[in-house]
Amino acid sequence: MSAGKRALLPEAAMLTVLIALPWLAPLLHLPTDVLTRSLIWGLFGLGFDILFGFTGLLSFGQAAFYGTGGFVCGWLLTSHTLSSVPLALVIGTVTAGVYGLIVGYVSLRRVGIYFAMITLAFGEMSFFLENSPLAKWTGGENGLPGVPTPTLHLFGHVVHVKSGWAMYTFIAAIFFVGYLIARRIVASPYGVVLRAIKSNPRRAPAVGHDVQRYKLSAFVLASLYAGLAGGLLGVFQGYMPPDAFFLSTSGQLVLSTVIGGRGTLIGPLIGAFTWIELRNALQQVPHLGAAWKLIFGAIFVLIVTLFRRGIAGEIGAWLERLRRSRAPAPAPQAFEHARAAAHVPHQPEAAQPARRRPGAAVLEVRNLAKRYGGFVALADLTFEVREGELLAIIGPNGAGKSTLLNVLAGDLEASAGQILFRGSDITREGAIEVCHRGISKTYQINQLFADFSVRENVEIGLLAHRRGRFRVDCFRSFGTDRSLRASAEAILGKVGLLPFAEHPTAEMSYGEKRRLEIAIALASEPKLLFMDEPLAGMSPVERAEAVQLIARLAAERTVVLVEHDMDAVFRLADRIIVMQNGVKLAEGAPDEIQRNEEVQQAYLGGVEAHEPA
Amino acid sequence: MPSLGLFLSQLFNGLALGTLLALVASGLTIIFGTLGLVNFAHGALFAVGAYAGYVTYNLTHSFVLALAVGAVVTGLLGLLLEWGLIRRYYARPPEDQILVTFGIGIVIVESLRLGFGGLTKNVPQPSWGNGILNLHYFFYPTYRLEVLGIAGLALFGLYLLIYWTRLGLIVRAGIEDPLMVRMLGIRVPRVMTLVFGIGALAAGFAGVVYAPIISASPDMGNRVLVQSFVVVVIGGLGSFPGAVVGGIIAGEILSLTSMFDPAYSDVALYALMALVLFVLPRGLLGTEGRV
Repeated sequence: MSAGKRALLPEAAMLTVLIALPWLAPLLHLPTDVLTRSLIWGLFGLGFDILFGFTGLLSFGQAAFYGTGGFVCGWLLTSHTLSSVPLALVIGTVTAGVYGLIVGYVSLRRVGIYFAMITLAFGEMSFFLENSPLAKWTGGENGLPGVPTPTLHLFGHVVHVKSGWAMYTFIAAIFFVGYLIARRIVASPYGVVLRAIKSNPRRAPAVGHDVQRYKLSAFVLASLYAGLAGGLLGVFQGYMPPDAFFLSTSGQLVLSTVIGGRGTLIGPLIGAFTWIELRNALQQVPHLGAAWKLIFGAIFVLIVTLFRRGIAGEIGAWLERLRRSRAPAPAPQAFEHARAAAHVPHQPEAAQPARRRPGAAVLEVRNLAKRYGGFVALADLTFEVREGELLAIIGPNGAGKSTLLNVLAGDLEASAGQILFRGSDITREGAIEVCHRGISKTYQINQLFADFSVRENVEIGLLAHRRGRFRVDCFRSFGTDRSLRASAEAILGKVGLLPFAEHPTAEMSYGEKRRLEIAIALASEPKLLFMDEPLAGMSPVERAEAVQLIARLAAERTVVLVEHDMDAVFRLADRIIVMQNGVKLAEGAPDEIQRNEEVQQAYLGGVEAHEPA
Repeated sequence: MPSLGLFLSQLFNGLALGTLLALVASGLTIIFGTLGLVNFAHGALFAVGAYAGYVTYNLTHSFVLALAVGAVVTGLLGLLLEWGLIRRYYARPPEDQILVTFGIGIVIVESLRLGFGGLTKNVPQPSWGNGILNLHYFFYPTYRLEVLGIAGLALFGLYLLIYWTRLGLIVRAGIEDPLMVRMLGIRVPRVMTLVFGIGALAAGFAGVVYAPIISASPDMGNRVLVQSFVVVVIGGLGSFPGAVVGGIIAGEILSLTSMFDPAYSDVALYALMALVLFVLPRGLLGTEGRV
């Protein structure tokens, strides 16, 4: 089976199961309503899985949108404002999306733990709004009875969807469309960026993705799915219950998704089916009717502790292992061969690196300062970086070198001063904009997208370069973009990682990860490249290769290098700035710096300047 | 316009509720500050305190004993949870830590429901709390005034613990720089267990104190959990003074707005939270650094 066909296998399997269920269910003694209800939760969960499983945002307030969609749809129908059920569903869904936009905008001001707490609070707020101030429309504690069932006009026939299997078919069809869309989304460039944000929320903006807007769009997507599911709940039950807004509804969604498997899309459906069946089964047993939630909670704690991929995730991982063990395994030496062949392409070294004539100033730094409370990390720094040069910044630990690069690249905000790039002020633009201007940075500690392959790491950077800060191209395909692949491979070739393009990042050696770190920074085709200790932690052989690599990179663009390896610095640099305690101690050509007594005193400390640090 | 008497009485209500919220939230905040995790089971521990108090009161008819046993039982449960489960999570992603405490909370609440039933259990207020005081401008239930005193004393005790003991010094140092504390050779795992226990104890204590006012039910902790989240978001997560200030602000907002329309009091609290997030994303007394 070709890779393209295999990619559609989950869709085909889902369709088969949905069609087969009406015949299978009686054999398995499954009531229709259990299946229909599970599908509604599954639809609710598709959006939540995109938000949590793929983007990494754990929200405890999804009930807000489930309830909003449900009550708007329910009110439109029960108040006879509208008679068309599908139209009411659409309006409910859109309203939930708009509400999601507002709540998301506020909640996403904080990340991580705060986000979970804030969404929980907004979920509760929505419940209180439904319960009292809006009770005139929502029925408050009573909810909205009498939500009508849909009447559809299909190919000239009028179909009244009442209950049972007709209702199942109606909801299963909507679920399937929702599933198809979700599958497309996660396989699109947009979906890859969402996953990249989850994988490394710090690097994603540094390569030029507007993380905040991606997160907000995922939040809105999740609220749209929630709104639609909420509307269907009212239509299915003929009654819109206020418990759609309960905290326990949001909690139940989290539980279902984690037990079923986060990041699998079908996880929430499996999880929901599990608890709905469990509840039904235990209600038959005397005195145990209320125990289902205790059991479900205990299963949840067990799964989170021991099987964090959840049911679908663990089965998927097991199938993957099975497939790999059956596939003709590459000979054990193959990897080593690749590794041996993967050294940086050798180029004859010039006897003396050609000193380039200094060009115009690319970057002008004026009176730059960075303070943390009373601590001054950078004080009143003024210097410029000239077109085409390799400027090295050296200085003892704590001199402020990394802080300087972080401020220049927009990762940290300057406390005072100005940074001009080709004449425009970029001081307060932030990492994303700075990246799009053609500046990028390699980090002192690797900042890779650990959940992706080596090639995809570079492609994540390329996506920002090609698509811009933010784009919702959720119906394009990421996997089949040949030109993207070719560009990524060209960059990997430059750093000698091409043979490992398809390998998981986690399998790479430290030196290789270090080169991947550089490759990611190259994806945005930077005119100005900051490198923060690219040689740190490397073996002597790796160092020699990396120095060559840096020299070649510097031949094509302006480079600012922070490094402790003095041998490398004095070989590579056109100019050197020496920093100490956040101020500039000296600036000049390498031989001037070597002769400078003040530098020798303060930094080299009497040690021979030629001795490697 | 509400009368002066009503206003003052609601002001006192807000203060009593506020100190209780501050107590619950400071448990949450010192756990977060030291361990780096938000305890989503905190509301469940609050309920455990109330039920332990309820059982003790029924056996002994002593409110003071109920208070002591409720707090100690919850504290011990906290120690056990940290030691048995939660410490396995420090190296895992933050969302897993949230998930596991959330799951523990459900297991606790559902166990309470299975053991005691879903109906509310009435915990009578202590005999020395019966009656109504004439405070010149208004009449006020004695017990509520005592709640203010008891919760205030407990907060003061927590303050002494954090600012005037060796353990407190380690806790505060841990909030500043957890790695450095580890490098100084302090036995961090033991401190962490202890801190979780103290945080749980604070929640359990508050649960007993609050039980006579709202009655014990398995879900009684939900609302308190959400409100104490709002408190720490307003005050700044990880900050003890922030929890106290945030708690009192939250208490006052809840009770003063309910003077006009109780339906809006919770909404007003969340609106304030949204406002704080807009103006001061790190909270009133939150420090830079931790996110």
